[in-house]
Amino acid sequence: MSEPIIHVRDLVVGFGDRVVLDHVSVDVMGGEIFGFVGGSGSGKSVLLRTIIGLLAVRGGSIEVLGTRLDTASGSERRAIERRWGILFQQGALFSSLTALQNVQFPMREYLHISPRLMDEMAAAKLEMVGIRAVDHNKFPAELSGGMTKRVALARALALDPELVFLDEPTSGLDPIAAGDFDELIRTLQKTLGLTVFMITHDLDSLYTVCDRIGVLADGRVVAVGGISTILASPHPWVQAYFRGRRATIVQSRIANRTS
Amino acid sequence: MSITPSITSGGDGDTKRLMAAGSWTAANANLLEPLIDAAASKTAGEPSLLIDMAGVTQFDTYGACLLKRLQQARSARNEATGITALQGRFEELFSEVQETPPGAAAREQKAGSLRSAFEFLGRATIGFGHDLFALAEMLGLLCRSVVRVMANPRAFRLTSTTYHIDRVGWQAVPIIVLITFLIGCIIAQQGFFHFRKFGADAYVVDMVGILILREIGVLLVAIMVAGRSGSSYTAELGSMKMREEIDALRTMGLDPIDVLVLPRVLALVIALPILTFIGSMAALYGGGLVANLYGGMSPDIYIARLKEAISVTHFQVGMIKAPFMALVIGIVACAQGFQVKGSAESLGRQTTNAVVKSIFLVIVLDGLFAIFFASIDM
Ligand SMILES: Nc1ncnc2c1ncn2[C@@H]1O[C@H](COP(=O)(O)OP(=O)(O)O)[C@@H](O)[C@H]1O
Ligand SMILES: [Mg+2]
Repeated sequence: MSEPIIHVRDLVVGFGDRVVLDHVSVDVMGGEIFGFVGGSGSGKSVLLRTIIGLLAVRGGSIEVLGTRLDTASGSERRAIERRWGILFQQGALFSSLTALQNVQFPMREYLHISPRLMDEMAAAKLEMVGIRAVDHNKFPAELSGGMTKRVALARALALDPELVFLDEPTSGLDPIAAGDFDELIRTLQKTLGLTVFMITHDLDSLYTVCDRIGVLADGRVVAVGGISTILASPHPWVQAYFRGRRATIVQSRIANRTS
Repeated sequence: MSITPSITSGGDGDTKRLMAAGSWTAANANLLEPLIDAAASKTAGEPSLLIDMAGVTQFDTYGACLLKRLQQARSARNEATGITALQGRFEELFSEVQETPPGAAAREQKAGSLRSAFEFLGRATIGFGHDLFALAEMLGLLCRSVVRVMANPRAFRLTSTTYHIDRVGWQAVPIIVLITFLIGCIIAQQGFFHFRKFGADAYVVDMVGILILREIGVLLVAIMVAGRSGSSYTAELGSMKMREEIDALRTMGLDPIDVLVLPRVLALVIALPILTFIGSMAALYGGGLVANLYGGMSPDIYIARLKEAISVTHFQVGMIKAPFMALVIGIVACAQGFQVKGSAESLGRQTTNAVVKSIFLVIVLDGLFAIFFASIDM
């Protein structure tokens, strides 16, 4: 835990006359897994898309990996883009490329390495995220939901980034696959020294893999901190989310597992 | 921060030592790869080797994979390789990478050019057969759907059909009128220019009238509709197929042919004759305009000549062809749409296919009709 890798201050984002993010401030520290929760449609994906520069900012500042992105020049921005990887909510794999070619795509664009090394690296990345060799030459339409997410993660990690953004990586997966995915993220984070910004709805993920959690409600960040800090927050949405019936079940299960 | 990677031989004792240093990262992979390959070949014949990684300041999966490559190259020759002094996290990363199975996925082999030419020919032939089959199947499904709707008229989708008539018919009128008008002008101008040489000005009207009513009007309109509406049918159905919307329809107990194909094809079958009529009139008007301005023929004479030159038969020949051409365009477009696979590329390919094939078939059909009408003296 060193200086903040992502430093967002008073961010305002809206569409038309609707303000989705209203003075949001978040800090993500180096080497941590930062979980981000909020109701459906609360603006989590909007925050992520704004940080990575896909949506326009109305106010506030964004600093990622030590660079002010809102004032950065084109080349500064590209240098930063090389240092992060993004897993989109729908995977966003290129449908006309195979899994292997999808992972190779950023390598081809950014690194000047031999085809042999590119093949080796892409295969190794896919193996690391748990895609077996028989599936390496499949097209996205031939992959299951869980496999799509894994391939998308491998592509996000293709250039060995320092920072990865994950948008609901475990939604749509069965609990076992989701648990595996959480573990995978944990392992990769440890071995690669990643900083992870993860949007999630998954209570299990929040309890087991996230170092810190931010809660987005009413267009603002209403609580930030470790799980205990969050549980102590009086905000009604936080209470409903973390004290609801499903949350209580998860909590007792995790308590059993750790004791 | 990034230091150029290096591998130097050094150390003492009986086992050979390599000292590695620098940043073993993605950004330096292009420099590191030749070093690794050189080290692998240079240390051939050494029964054991120790690689000292103490000088490595940065290390990621690229470095780990290349280190693994060196180790594997040596173990393939039954030579031992030891690795020491990998710092904390790097050690974990390396063991993680080592767990991945060796060897890269095989690249697809490129066959020889002659063989691939034959292969292409064979595939194209089979593909042609498949296409014909798909068209016949679509025609059959469509007939079944028509029969079903006739038995149960309430199942007919009137709203959808009128919506598509609006799109492929009404909204196409301006562009069809413009193009056929211009073509009418051009034909008349060319006629006057060339016929004038042997004093046959008067017959230009015969040529314009017969050509437009029998052939050009319907053919031009059909080709434009294939490009304009056929392609959009394929793209719509194809993207619905890609997103499993068609499967969703099926599981709700609805037949996609009834819901999607019949209204579209019917809309074309209704719209194309109307567009042909409008287009032919626009072309005749264009011909008349040129006859007046360029050929010096007054509108009265033009109309009188036209009356003599053409008969209802010519008009009928053109109009009879229109619905059949519409059917071909609609069936090809929908069949191609259903053949779209998961990728964006396949959507593009099928859309191109739909346009190319429907235009080809429209022209073939026109030829067949020409033979048919000639043999029944129409
Ligand atoms: N491109 C857009 N145009 C208009 N509104 C949008 C757009 N993208 C998102 N929104 C709105 O912003 C809100 C937040 O969306 P999102 O961030 O996707 O939610 P979630 O937190 O579930 O990821 C939603 O109300 C959505 O309707
Ligand atoms: Mg979202």
